[in-house]
Amino acid sequence: MLEIVSKIKDEFEAGLKAVSNSEELEALRIKFLGKKGALTDVLKSLKDMDAETKKQVGMEVNALKGEMEESLKANGKRLEEALYDMAMAASPKFDFTIPSEDNGGSLHPITIVQRRIEDIFKSMGFIIEDGIEIQTEYNNFEAVNIPKDHPARDMQDTYYLSNGQLLKTHTSAAQNYIMRKYGAPEPGKPLRVLFPGRCFRNENIDACHENTFFQMEGMMIGDDISISNLIYFMKVLLSEVFERDVKVRLRPGFFPFVEPGFELDINCLICGGEGCPTCKQSGWLELLPCGMIHPNVLRMGGIDPDKYTGFAFGLGLTRLAMMKYGIKDIRVLNSGNLKALKQFK
Amino acid sequence: MYISMNWISDFVDLSGVNIKELINRFTLSTAEVEDVYEYGKDTNNVIVARIVSLENHPNSKKLHLLKVDTGSGIVDVVCGAPNAAAGQLVALCREGGSVKGTLITAASVGGYMSYGMCCSEKELGISEDHSGIMVFDESYADKLGTDIKTFIPLEDTIFEVDNKSLTNRPDLWGHYGIAREIAALLERPLKPLEVKDTAEYAGLPAIDMKIETDLCFRYSCLGVSNVTKNVSPLAMKVRLTYCGQRPINLLADLTNYLMLELGQPMHAFDKDTVSNIRVKQFDTVKEFVTLDGNTRAVDPGTMMICDGDTPVAVAGIMGGLQTEITEKTTNLLLESANFEAATVRRGAAKLGMRTEASARYEKTLDPEITVPAIERFLKLLIDIDPGVKVITSLTDSYPKHYETIKIDFDKAYVDKYTGIDISADRIEKTLKLLAFDVTRNGDSFSVVVPSFRATKDVTIKADIIEEITRIYGYDNFDIRSTKSLLAPVRPDKAREDEYSIKQLLSSRFGMSEVHSYIWYDNKWNKQLGLDLDSDIRIVNSEFSDNVEIRRTDIPTLLSFVEKNVEGLADVRIFEICRVARGLKEDGLANERKVLSFVLASRAKSENALLGEAKEIVDVIAGRLKHTSLGYAAVGSEAWNDAEKALIVEPKLAHRKNSAVITADGKALGVIAVLDPRIAGKIDKKLSAAYVEIDYELFAGVAEKDVEITEISKFPGISIDLSLLVDRETAFGTVKDAISDYKCEYLRDISFIDLFTDDTMPEGKASMTVRLQFVSYEGTLQLDTVNGYKAEILKLLEAKGYTLR
Repeated sequence: MLEIVSKIKDEFEAGLKAVSNSEELEALRIKFLGKKGALTDVLKSLKDMDAETKKQVGMEVNALKGEMEESLKANGKRLEEALYDMAMAASPKFDFTIPSEDNGGSLHPITIVQRRIEDIFKSMGFIIEDGIEIQTEYNNFEAVNIPKDHPARDMQDTYYLSNGQLLKTHTSAAQNYIMRKYGAPEPGKPLRVLFPGRCFRNENIDACHENTFFQMEGMMIGDDISISNLIYFMKVLLSEVFERDVKVRLRPGFFPFVEPGFELDINCLICGGEGCPTCKQSGWLELLPCGMIHPNVLRMGGIDPDKYTGFAFGLGLTRLAMMKYGIKDIRVLNSGNLKALKQFK
Repeated sequence: MYISMNWISDFVDLSGVNIKELINRFTLSTAEVEDVYEYGKDTNNVIVARIVSLENHPNSKKLHLLKVDTGSGIVDVVCGAPNAAAGQLVALCREGGSVKGTLITAASVGGYMSYGMCCSEKELGISEDHSGIMVFDESYADKLGTDIKTFIPLEDTIFEVDNKSLTNRPDLWGHYGIAREIAALLERPLKPLEVKDTAEYAGLPAIDMKIETDLCFRYSCLGVSNVTKNVSPLAMKVRLTYCGQRPINLLADLTNYLMLELGQPMHAFDKDTVSNIRVKQFDTVKEFVTLDGNTRAVDPGTMMICDGDTPVAVAGIMGGLQTEITEKTTNLLLESANFEAATVRRGAAKLGMRTEASARYEKTLDPEITVPAIERFLKLLIDIDPGVKVITSLTDSYPKHYETIKIDFDKAYVDKYTGIDISADRIEKTLKLLAFDVTRNGDSFSVVVPSFRATKDVTIKADIIEEITRIYGYDNFDIRSTKSLLAPVRPDKAREDEYSIKQLLSSRFGMSEVHSYIWYDNKWNKQLGLDLDSDIRIVNSEFSDNVEIRRTDIPTLLSFVEKNVEGLADVRIFEICRVARGLKEDGLANERKVLSFVLASRAKSENALLGEAKEIVDVIAGRLKHTSLGYAAVGSEAWNDAEKALIVEPKLAHRKNSAVITADGKALGVIAVLDPRIAGKIDKKLSAAYVEIDYELFAGVAEKDVEITEISKFPGISIDLSLLVDRETAFGTVKDAISDYKCEYLRDISFIDLFTDDTMPEGKASMTVRLQFVSYEGTLQLDTVNGYKAEILKLLEAKGYTLR
């Protein structure tokens, strides 16, 4: 009897070697361990044996059964893996060199740059205010110290409207409203506000000129705001905007709504200050106007200039966006040409 | 404006000064220097020489063969100047020399060797004269062989100051003012202006002069006769040329020279052509021939200088041809006046001629300098032409004096404004250098502003800060942060939402943001067959089609659709911008910020696009306000109100598939299929839907809390009902009908689809709705739910909805 068991074992092992897939493996299991399997037959015949043989053969058979089940399981796993390996080997090769398409929409470049700059200001405790576009002559001119007959009114070609208003020529038109809205700041809590907005100048359009463009203006008003603070602030801010340590330089500049007024230059971003054609070899780029808010402007805004001082500065948002993206023709911005605009994500 | 350093050094000692550093300092403290030019250094070895003989060149009609005496020998020169003649003293650039950078070498000209070049004034940079070679008079005979640079100041550094940065500095429109500034920067003394005192002529008869307008603040004049010279000295010509003024004749040059020196425009009349002076304004347009020979119509209000009632000059702008000084003039009437700035500016603008004089007057000049200008002119004239005779007293009318400006302040004020510590001594010194009259008592100051800064420039304390700090130098400031308390800044929800909407529209809904103009493009509107109303128009634009301020952004967005429809399957664009909807009670524009978008396609149906538009609106409201908005159909009360409030422009909207978007019954905006007549004009196959929401009204919609529903642990049962309904039955109506059945387990009623086919009666359709039954207490039994279903169907049947 034991010989039969040993023979079954040899046959099983030989059969196992020949198995190449899970179906054959299952057939093998049925052949040996199934209801009519070879080993099952031996087990069935145990009842006719004497006690001693029964015990001996029973142990052998059970041991073999355990071995066989173990082997089947291990081989089952191996075959399954092999199957996946084969399937993967057979799957079509993906081409990573095919470019992806972004069928989504786009944000206007001004929005992207404006948001970034607003975030910088917000991180420094600034409130962001929105300004209207159709303004009164008072807010656009008188309230920022540009009385009638002032040459500045000639300098800016203004769109005047049939109802006596005008299209605002600069973001400063919002200064008076903002000062009145927030009032004089509490001690140690200066008013910090940034007000971006769209401005209009009655001029002919070409690659460098638009009649409709964006500016950003900021103000800080408090009981202890100085020129020293202004220079510090501009340096910190512009380093953040340009993502590098910039040098700033102030020159006297004349703007009716500030006194003193400055033209602020930064070291040339192209050459770093060494001198190049972009900066006309000077090493400096004229970037923005700024200054200490004119006492008349504070007074008209309901803020006592004997107690409070403040600084203000203007950033050409359209110009910054053009600088950032290297946009050469300003007309792209208001063109609605999606071929150009869809590039800004 | 061009500034000659030679001229400046007439008034300030510049010895030992590094000019480059000075110019940088000037830029940082006073006004921007845009460019620096070095003149004369590239002209070398030009001497006074005499033409000994002249022969015609055998091979040329124009050229001459000259023998020229250089003082140390005779050289051959071939010369083409028409005025060359034997005996002339000329400027000869010798072989090996250079003229404005051009090297002069011995060369054969038409077969004859030339060892030098006879130069014209233009070639040397002395004047614009290129009619012939420069000829010296015999007074230069002793200079034969001498380098002309020894007596003509050809070498000079000229810097160009940005005029814009001088807008507020009337005192800097002449060399003397710039010299004063440089003297302050260098802390060196400013030399006084040399003048000829006119007091000695007080006994002579006055000129018959009267100011007959309030806008002439001062008029000073003087009569001079016996002028014998008419050519300016070479040194003067060089300065004028270098500073951008063409030399003309002595008297004209002198007026220009004085303007460039003192900033005071002057005018010289031929005295024989003017019998009296009246400064006046006319009520009517005056035809007048200015000295450039053009006949101009001078506007009423522009001041004119008249002889009786006959205009002889446009005050502060340009003289007249009739009374112009010529080379023959021997008697002159010299004007040095002060006119109101804005009047001159407007007059010049209307005439379209912004002259050197008007550019200065419009800066508000100091009336105190009219007389020094005359006295300086006289001094220079006498130096050049000693035989001249003053024939009138200095006639001066000065009706408008500026008030003396006195400003009191203390060091604490300066400290606060600057944020740094500038010593009281330094403050005092700086202001004195700038010619302020300073009285100091410890840390308290009382300063009197000099007249040339007092016309508008320096009037208040803050102006004094600028004077102190710009000389101190902004580069020398210690810079520091503000001291401010730590305080949170609450985000502005409306503003944040605006950006969130842009993000949603662009990244989730595939739309592109555009920017446009605030006015309608009426040409485009006409193309669409649209005649849109506008409440406000631009009154001073030269383009008549782009002047009406828009009520809605949609037509503009449609123009962008048209631009892009060729290249793209769908055009999906949005803009957040401003429109004007009527006037408010106070007459001001009712300016509104709107969110507008257009979905246009050549493939999708109108209603599919409208569905997408609605989804977008619902998502915006759901995400940002956790609420849902209402839609009121065309013709509803809300629609009619919105039309009146100009929220809806009915000329654009589809008559049936349009609605106003509402919150709590109030209209916020419009959602519509674009009227197919308009769509067809853009593109035959185009369908479009659009939305325009008043952003401020949307921002005002209350944000609700997010409602969280507990999820049942037990599975629910859903059943679908396909109902036979009238084709235009709204899902909402059916849903309301089902909702009338009160059952605590009926949690949701949703729309599955609507379709129709031939098997259904005419005008009917099948609407499938799904009812979701859920219990929180246990698993619902199908029998129970079927019981509810039967009752619901009974209810629906009563309302006319049957199962299909």
